[in-house]
Amino acid sequence: MSPISRGFHGRRRESAGDAGRVPPGQYLTGDFPVLSAGPTPHTPLDKWTFSIRQDSDTSKSWSWAEIRDLPEEDVTADIHCVTRWSKLDTRWQAVSIDTLLAQVEHEARFVLAFCDGGYTTNLPLADVTGGQAWLAYGYDGSPLRPEHGGPARLLVPHLYFWKSAKWVRGLELLDADEPGFWERYGYHNYGDPWREQRYAGD
Amino acid sequence: MTAFDETQLDDSTLDGNAIGGQLQEVFGTEMTTAVGTCATCGATAQLAETLVYLSAMGTVVRCRTCTAILLVVIKRGEVNCVDMQGMAALEPA
Amino acid sequence: MAGTAVRGRLTWQVATVESLRPETASVRTIDLDVPGWAGHQAGQHLDIRLTADDGYVAERSYSIASAPGEAVMVTVERLENGEVSPYLTEELRTGDQIEVRGPIGGYFVWDDAEAESPVLLVAGGSGVVPFRSILRYRAAIGSAVPFRLLYSARSLTDVIYRAELNHPGEGVEVIYTLTRQQPSGWSGHSGRVTPALLGEVAWPVSQHPLAFVCGPTAFVETVAAALVDIGYPPDRIKTERYGGTGATG
Repeated sequence: MSPISRGFHGRRRESAGDAGRVPPGQYLTGDFPVLSAGPTPHTPLDKWTFSIRQDSDTSKSWSWAEIRDLPEEDVTADIHCVTRWSKLDTRWQAVSIDTLLAQVEHEARFVLAFCDGGYTTNLPLADVTGGQAWLAYGYDGSPLRPEHGGPARLLVPHLYFWKSAKWVRGLELLDADEPGFWERYGYHNYGDPWREQRYAGD
Repeated sequence: MTAFDETQLDDSTLDGNAIGGQLQEVFGTEMTTAVGTCATCGATAQLAETLVYLSAMGTVVRCRTCTAILLVVIKRGEVNCVDMQGMAALEPA
Repeated sequence: MAGTAVRGRLTWQVATVESLRPETASVRTIDLDVPGWAGHQAGQHLDIRLTADDGYVAERSYSIASAPGEAVMVTVERLENGEVSPYLTEELRTGDQIEVRGPIGGYFVWDDAEAESPVLLVAGGSGVVPFRSILRYRAAIGSAVPFRLLYSARSLTDVIYRAELNHPGEGVEVIYTLTRQQPSGWSGHSGRVTPALLGEVAWPVSQHPLAFVCGPTAFVETVAAALVDIGYPPDRIKTERYGGTGATG
């Protein structure tokens, strides 16, 4: 058994006084830990676009300015990282994915988010609609920083935070589910923190 | 969409030395001097000289020449899950 | 699975802190008593694992500062947003126990196998730690291989092992470059390591030298590229990247 390291607490962890808001197996944090899984992309805003694609075609694409013209929402959400961090009441400035999908005709049942750097993650369409998902470009009132996924990331707080893809550049609409990056390497296909769906087979 | 840009390697990019312990745990022997062959571009390199990205989600090892993924290690509890499809060969020193 | 005695199998061992001493305002050296320690080569590192009372675990790697045969010593720099380094540099006390595993690494190692090749060590900040092990090993075995250590530090007060490096031993030259602050009257180098400085300090390529570069990633990339530019074959340059603040601290 590992000896306890006297006086070691790791990152500042607050008491889970809000039990009921913290899923099983999670620690609360006041920090916002940055996880590096690749180099931080730096796409200039004048080259940045967000696209919705189907059948290898781009159905709709928005420039940065066009995204910023869309109705902005202030989103407050609890977020839960599969690496056991939960952070409550995070504040984002974002455009609803519903707003974006409303501009595309489709019958898709799944989406695959694709990002700068090659990262992908998959979600059922039902989980990115109905006010459950956003394209977030602001955090705590400031532009989203590159190390946190800026200029814009997906925000899907009801699932483990790896589904809230950083540096997102679009959604591929699919009829059949297709596992994304971490899903292919062994993480759970769906990722519900309340059922502790961390790894494939959980 | 920007592809991976090597000139923007920042300080969060490590090398195979950083995962020497994890690799030894996985393979049962010292591996920083093991020579890997990239399945994408054919380049060979000691694992110490690969690009390594550490996150609590997993370790991602990329080819320094072409940046394709060589190896991904995810830890599930006590078990290391290793995906080596990105390597055509891996020879311990 | 074979047990812990199997050669090559790394296992976590409990180490006790024997003594602690500050090297600089943000850097501390830790002497460890590791009963099961099998010895190490100069340049290798070890992993440290800490467990909080609620089961939370954090692991980090640190270069071994002591020479082969000496007791295990590591030197840790406190990183600003670090999770482990503030604990090791500020909270840890003599008598405390931590878990270690090692030695690790066969790549970033010097062992006098090439007696004909002069060695260039280029250190950025706490990247000097494995070089202490290498230099002490060189002295212990009475090696005559010529060494140069180019050590880039923010200021003279940030130089780790300063007293020891003032007496590096026969055949070892230590060259500093101070990047942020120089003492009055400083006649040494200032500013970052540049290709020009390397051109001045590095052994000529004709001498078939070996180079070791250790420090933050950006530092290592710059130095390694500059060495290649002055003609060092890539396979004569060994690199160890520490990552930057916040990456692994």
